[in-house]
Amino acid sequence: MNAESRPQPLGGAVFTRPVLVLAVFAGIAGLLIVWRFIVGLGASTALNDGYPWGLWIAFDVVTGTALSCGGYSVALLVYILNRGKYHPLIRPALVTSAFGYTIAGLSVVVDIGRPWIAYKLPFFWHWNLNSVLLEVSLCIMTYTVVLWLELSPAFLEWARTSTYSLFRRVGDTGLPVANKSLLWLIALGMLLPTMHQSSLGSLLLLSGPRLHPLWNTTLLPLLFLISCIAMGFGAVVMEGGLSSKFLGRKFETDMLAGLGFAMLPLIGVYLGLRLIDLGIRGQLGALFAFDHYSVMSVIELALFVAAGVLLATDRRRHNAGNLFRAAMLLVLAGALYRFDVFLVAFQPGPNWSYFPSVTEILITSGLVAGELAGYIVLIKLFPIMAGEPQAAAA
Amino acid sequence: MGISRRSALKVMAAAAATMVGTTLSAHETQAAAVVARPDAVGMLYDATRCIGCKACMVACNEANDVTPDTSASGGLWDMPVDLNEHAKNIIKLYRDPGTGAQSFVKRQCMHCLDPACVGACMLGALQKGEKGIVSYNPDLCVGCRYCEMGCPFNVPKFEWSKAMPKLVKCELCRQRIAKGQEPACCEVCPVGAVIYGKRTDLLADAHQRLARNPGSYVPKVYGEHEAGGTQVLYLAHVDFEKLDLPAYGDESVPRRVRRLQETIYKGFVAPVALYGLFAAVMLRNREKPDSAKTKEGQP
Repeated sequence: MNAESRPQPLGGAVFTRPVLVLAVFAGIAGLLIVWRFIVGLGASTALNDGYPWGLWIAFDVVTGTALSCGGYSVALLVYILNRGKYHPLIRPALVTSAFGYTIAGLSVVVDIGRPWIAYKLPFFWHWNLNSVLLEVSLCIMTYTVVLWLELSPAFLEWARTSTYSLFRRVGDTGLPVANKSLLWLIALGMLLPTMHQSSLGSLLLLSGPRLHPLWNTTLLPLLFLISCIAMGFGAVVMEGGLSSKFLGRKFETDMLAGLGFAMLPLIGVYLGLRLIDLGIRGQLGALFAFDHYSVMSVIELALFVAAGVLLATDRRRHNAGNLFRAAMLLVLAGALYRFDVFLVAFQPGPNWSYFPSVTEILITSGLVAGELAGYIVLIKLFPIMAGEPQAAAA
Repeated sequence: MGISRRSALKVMAAAAATMVGTTLSAHETQAAAVVARPDAVGMLYDATRCIGCKACMVACNEANDVTPDTSASGGLWDMPVDLNEHAKNIIKLYRDPGTGAQSFVKRQCMHCLDPACVGACMLGALQKGEKGIVSYNPDLCVGCRYCEMGCPFNVPKFEWSKAMPKLVKCELCRQRIAKGQEPACCEVCPVGAVIYGKRTDLLADAHQRLARNPGSYVPKVYGEHEAGGTQVLYLAHVDFEKLDLPAYGDESVPRRVRRLQETIYKGFVAPVALYGLFAAVMLRNREKPDSAKTKEGQP
């Protein structure tokens, strides 16, 4: 890495108005979480025995972690495909990933009914190795730790320049250790998402008999894996667009257009597999049944196609606005696919319905707000973003 | 780094070979189907005999310390509309809108031979216990409700109204069976519409009833094969699907998942191989950083 792209803290005022507004939303979510633990899930959510999993699982966990695949996707690109020019994207992507996974973990604690038992999850003698959810939980817990460890060089670099000698000493001794073990951590940081992002798709195979045929396929894990990598790239492009708009950063058109190019084969393979699978299972006709299942599938597929079309040529990819829109469509497509599998395709019977309660929505949005605030604070204080001497605006 | 490019390539090749190997061998190691254990017990419910008196519901509440569900009766008497946190057992009435033909149906846990809820449960709070009874241990339940997502019969219910909730489902009165008694619903039934016994005996009994009165039954014992077989069996004179007992195939729900998971994760070989592969590729790439930049035409 050359000197000019070495990560630097953005600097500037930390507790700006946007950060404070976001913090208020996070605070409201915090209070509502306390309330949820006092009154129980029935009074605070719209969850029921037909739809035991709702917004918190479908969005915060399943969609949220897929959106947090930036660190994973860019790592695959840089370390496996050896595209070193994307290296400056890694740290910011890892920060969003780390926050996203932390939020997902927090949501799970809020969602599960008996969190005081959860400390037994690492007790391997209790493990049910047939449980896909166990694999997902252990993987996500481990990966969250791995993500923060992958970021440790940023914190240690910061510690080295601290005014406190203790911090300096920690930084000086810790940094070489961190740098040496980084390769093995990063390899783990690519293995774990490969495992749990695919397994998030396998989760609903257990609901097979009650899953609409448009989505009920053994390919669920593969489709989840491919789309999460694409969503990871999409999220990094969106992040680039947003930080150029709100943080006064330069939009790295060339680098991000490269990510746009990387999305294309993923979209192609995803759509190909999806349609071939529907064809083999004789469900292509169900796409045109014009019930709400077919409408949802068609919207989902159309979003993937639209993203692909916007990214199709080199010129389109180098148009910043166009690239940003494509990334947004792709992220939406992947999110809708996940919502469809977890909430639309799942059919517990005609007597059940679910729409998230205000509390559920406020807690989810508060957690996202907290994530954004944390991201802004972190990139201002710590060396995350590639060096670019520019004052932050937000 | 003390690893040469050649040895890195060797590691990669070995890892790739292992991965292909695991995938190919998967076809031979398909998860076996679960069959009923010899001591499996269960219930036989004969809808043609049930008079809908609901004595079984009262007895169930009493035997299992379940508080009655009075929400639909204005706080007066037990009146659940479906299985829920206050009802482990329920009698429902089906009336055909066309013919007017009607039938009661008793719903509770089916005690599957290969239960989806047990496959779902992370720490084994739900397990196939003694005599094949699907039993619940709250000490290992984190309240994730994946069992509810999995159960093809919509049986496990959750105490939504409580701040410290548990899962609620019929456990075939295993505390009574341990004392040599029958499940409360079977003991109290005044007409023998639901009886308790060994699954093999119940199956024989059911087939005998079908043979003796072929005209008064749908010619099938529901639960003999459905969803891989259940320990609670049903006879009825109305289509089972109308009684909310869906026409499931012979394969159990979790078997398909096990087959897939065992293909991918058998012996944890594939994840270890993939980890090795990632590390090896990274080590190799570290030696020739970013050579791709030049030959990379796009982008």
